Amino acid sequence: MSDTHANTVSYVRDSMLPEQEPPLKERGAMKWLRENLFSGWLNTALTLLSIFVIWFIIIEVGPWLMNTVWNAGSLRECREILDGTSGACFAVIKDRWHQLMFGFYPQDMYWRPVLAFVLMLVAVAPILFAELPRKMLYFSGLFPFIGYHLLWGGSIWLPIAALMGFVAGYIAFRLLDRMSSLISTLGAVAAALVWWFVLAAPFNAVLSSALPVGLPFVRSDAFGGFLVSLVIGVSGISLSLPLGILLALGRQSEMIFVKTVCVVFIEFIRGVPLITLLFTASLLLNYFLPPGTSFDLILRVIIMVTLFATAYMAEVIRGGLAALPKGQYEAADALGLDYWKAQRLIIMPQALKISIPGIVNTFIGLFKDTTLVVFIGLLDPIGLSNAIRADTNWNGIYWELFIFIGALFFIFCFSMSRYSQYLERKLKTDHR
Amino acid sequence: MSSTGDPRTQTAAPKEGFRLSMLLYDQRYRSITIQIVFLFALMLGIAWLVDNTINNLRALGKDFSFAFLNTPAGYDINQRPIEYNSQMTHGRAALVGLLNTAILAVMACALATVLGVVAGVLRLSKNWIVARLMSVYVELFRNIPTLVWIIIFGAIMTESMPAPSAFRGDTPSANMLFNDSVAITNRGVYIPSIQFANDLGTLPLGVVAPSLNWILLLAALIAGVFANKAILKHATAVQNATGIRPKTWWKSLAVLVGPIIVLFVAFGAFLEYPELGGFNFADGTHLRNSLIAMWLGLGIYTGAFVAEIVRSGILAISKGQSEAAFALGLQPGKTMRLVILPQALRVIVPPLISQYLNITKNTSLGLAVGYMDLRSTLGGITINQTGRELEGMLLMMLVYLVVSLGISGAMNIYNNRIMLKER
Amino acid sequence: MKKTVLYGTLAASALLAGAAGAQTLEAVQSNGELSCGVSTGLAGFSAPDANGVWQGFDVAVCRAVAAAVLGDPMAVSFVSTTGQTRFSALASGEIDMLSRNTTWTLSRDVDLGNTFAGINYYDGQGFMVNRELGVGSAMELSGATVCIQTGTTTELNLADFFRVNGMEYEPVPIETNAEAQQQYLAGACDVYTTDASGLAATRASFPEPGNHAILPEIISKEPLGPAVRQGDDQWADIVRWTLNALIAAEELGVTSANIEELAAGTDNPEINRLLGSEGDLGGMLGLDSDWAVRAISAAGNYGEIFASTIGEQTPIGLARGLNAQWTQGGLLYAPPFR
Repeated sequence: MSDTHANTVSYVRDSMLPEQEPPLKERGAMKWLRENLFSGWLNTALTLLSIFVIWFIIIEVGPWLMNTVWNAGSLRECREILDGTSGACFAVIKDRWHQLMFGFYPQDMYWRPVLAFVLMLVAVAPILFAELPRKMLYFSGLFPFIGYHLLWGGSIWLPIAALMGFVAGYIAFRLLDRMSSLISTLGAVAAALVWWFVLAAPFNAVLSSALPVGLPFVRSDAFGGFLVSLVIGVSGISLSLPLGILLALGRQSEMIFVKTVCVVFIEFIRGVPLITLLFTASLLLNYFLPPGTSFDLILRVIIMVTLFATAYMAEVIRGGLAALPKGQYEAADALGLDYWKAQRLIIMPQALKISIPGIVNTFIGLFKDTTLVVFIGLLDPIGLSNAIRADTNWNGIYWELFIFIGALFFIFCFSMSRYSQYLERKLKTDHR
Repeated sequence: MSSTGDPRTQTAAPKEGFRLSMLLYDQRYRSITIQIVFLFALMLGIAWLVDNTINNLRALGKDFSFAFLNTPAGYDINQRPIEYNSQMTHGRAALVGLLNTAILAVMACALATVLGVVAGVLRLSKNWIVARLMSVYVELFRNIPTLVWIIIFGAIMTESMPAPSAFRGDTPSANMLFNDSVAITNRGVYIPSIQFANDLGTLPLGVVAPSLNWILLLAALIAGVFANKAILKHATAVQNATGIRPKTWWKSLAVLVGPIIVLFVAFGAFLEYPELGGFNFADGTHLRNSLIAMWLGLGIYTGAFVAEIVRSGILAISKGQSEAAFALGLQPGKTMRLVILPQALRVIVPPLISQYLNITKNTSLGLAVGYMDLRSTLGGITINQTGRELEGMLLMMLVYLVVSLGISGAMNIYNNRIMLKER
Repeated sequence: MKKTVLYGTLAASALLAGAAGAQTLEAVQSNGELSCGVSTGLAGFSAPDANGVWQGFDVAVCRAVAAAVLGDPMAVSFVSTTGQTRFSALASGEIDMLSRNTTWTLSRDVDLGNTFAGINYYDGQGFMVNRELGVGSAMELSGATVCIQTGTTTELNLADFFRVNGMEYEPVPIETNAEAQQQYLAGACDVYTTDASGLAATRASFPEPGNHAILPEIISKEPLGPAVRQGDDQWADIVRWTLNALIAAEELGVTSANIEELAAGTDNPEINRLLGSEGDLGGMLGLDSDWAVRAISAAGNYGEIFASTIGEQTPIGLARGLNAQWTQGGLLYAPPFR
């Protein structure tokens, strides 16, 4: 620096002051507390209120939870053990957890639903996580048949016969693919239908008598608890996906008649409560079918739940279709692809990818809604909780059962909603 | 393209005349062909279903008629918004159920909105503990089925509240709240009801006969709202002309509350307190367990969804908006009221409508706790006593459909009004 | 054509539960199983035991019919129905017969498309109250909160009873007996009303049955009996005469203990006709001649079933009363087997 400087100003510090600690109010926990919890009178009041709520819950629930009784045969026994002190009686869960999970499924065969559940996770994984090898999708395609056989059992040829229908359809599709995609699609459908309605029954009958292999048959009435919720939820959502795609395409179609029918269907289903559809399944479906046909109640429920989910699924997929840039449609047209090829190769793969969070959310909603089957006499977890509460041994218990049921639903739905949020975030970055 | 050739390029000469194959290959006709085939298939399907239904009904010796709605119902309903007894018709019972559905839906929508807005705003609060608490509320209620919540609330009401007999005796084990005006029992909550010494009678309107006192009060309220609007409009006009906004709050208060107070005094309104008599509390208004369980279950559950909607609505408004408002010198409260909320509402209203629709549809879970809504009267007892499943279910679906479409229609009109007018 | 297609699908789905329609007997025989609608659980009448096997008075009728038709009393699949779903389940063909303490009324018989096959229990609607209330008669119940099962005749009887007697009440509608029991025990209602037999059964399952009193008034006639779909007379006849066989067997002294011996032939022509050693009554029904032997061997005659499920030696503790044989002053009167 020059000398002149020193002359014009009386004093210039030539060394830095040592850094000082910020005042107590502005650092560490104090600062955090002040800024986050006590920044104004409203905030302070809210904080105090929240602390009171938490304290109240801990005081009320804490001792009750800490005093849990796990070993007792009845509520009375439980109360004797507790001897007047407040305490939970989770012995009821220990006593009945298998019913809440599996209903009346034969106890020595619990491995079957468990294995089916694990395989389902494996089958779903490649759909949910794009990082996994695409080859796993073949297993996803096979899973419905494996899962069916594991759960219901019976002759192994039945699911195989059903699967062969799809194979027949695929072969026909490949053979006719050169002609036009409309013809090949129709041909595939026709081949599959011919197989199922004409050839499958004798095929199944012959092989079942010739080579009777398979797991022991379990009737649908044995299904209960979370098993029922999962079976209905999972089959409803997976069956509604293809139907939902068709419906969404129909709603976007330029053919006025097809479009009207699709809109009416979607608005109708979305306008009535699920419970009326379930009652239709249990009371009315048999009116609509030829005299003498009668289905299993679970199957009827799955049919109606599928219809219900289809309408919501169609709206989700319509959102996905709308989110696709118009250029994609135009590019497909420019390549000379016809409608179905464009959908199959260009549009759907992208639209479905965007729709996955919506599909997962639809599934969460549907899974929660499966509790409604209790109204038509299926023994889902709520139905079983009523049965358990009616038992003389456990008369008067409710918190423990509802905490267990609620916790299981929470674990399922919360993890799925976390997944869909993760995916939404991921998709967002993709688009930017 | 393959050697067979693309049909579209080959049928280039349209004057060639119409060939049958064009129905399949010519794009102009193909869509018509497909639609006709589709129409046929659909008609065939419907005809098949109808035919089956007719055959099945005939086999069972039943007919298809709605005459059962005019026959005496024979059963009693506990919650009766309009006059009803077991000698009245099934149709009347269905109407009672419909009104109960409406009462529950309105109450639950109000609760859900209040809870949702509070929780949604607080979840964004800088207050760490409050935000966490609200997250817990939202996640806990959102991820557990509403039916479970309804049944939990029902169980709490019946199992852990004192029976009316606990209020009896010299040293009762349970006491009424708020100076002996509210009793919470395991049969419901009894609150004081407003009665009028000068009863003006009822207004006969065919099926319903609402009390004239209440109609006048409602009219006074509506008139007050309109008068208030006029006052505010005038104030704005004055402000625009002179730059000074006249103080209006006392005028607003006067037109809004004044007439109602006058009417209350004129009618000789008084509070009737619930009193223990016989088996139960008598007098006052009885909010039954079933209503309370449904109200809390639906309201708190849906409130969690509304909270998420409100939160994402507020987050959707870009930060620049609030910064711009601060730059203009608006206080945080005004920023929220004048800048953020009006914009956020556009994002919030459409999903809010679908939540209201969900509440309306979910009122059909009433039977779980014995709430006598449309599903329990028309779709439950009536169907069961008369054996008219087909007619009853169809009628019920139709009613729900009309209600749903009505709500979404009305809300869409509102939505269009607050929509950003861009072009 | 369409039907064959549909049957194909159904067969392939392997979830086909059983065909309904006019030929119930053939359908049951080809299924090898009788589908029987019972209540969701009413101690003594129908409830699954610890091993999941259904037991009870109503269940025994199903077992007897299964034994008569299929030769195996265990070849029954029980479908639990609520008061609301029972007739629909029958009409839709989901169940082949309904044996669920169902009251025989004109409108149910004629308008709902059911056929009642007889009466297996003469009942009446009663009231149960907690003794603490100090109520001795149903006429003192004005203002009470009453738990009722919806979808039953009791709902209608109750409305009539209180209206005719000029009393007020607060109905609490409930779907199943189990829930009603819950609500009643929690004190959410003062009174529980249903058939007197049901009250006894419910009270028997209480922790302290002595604290609860069943009031003396019986306010209705409730003839309970099994029902089948209207329009299949052969099947209705089978169920009707199986029930009659159980009743007649008690009158004639045929028990599960001596039936082997009596089936070989006795001096009493009526017993011989019943048990098939004389005549061909079974053939008229479309069954073989041993049908009644199997039906009675399943769980014994009417008296044995009553005694083992709901009789005075059981926790339910019901007296025979109206349900004694006509020779004992009761109402049970089986038409002759001839």
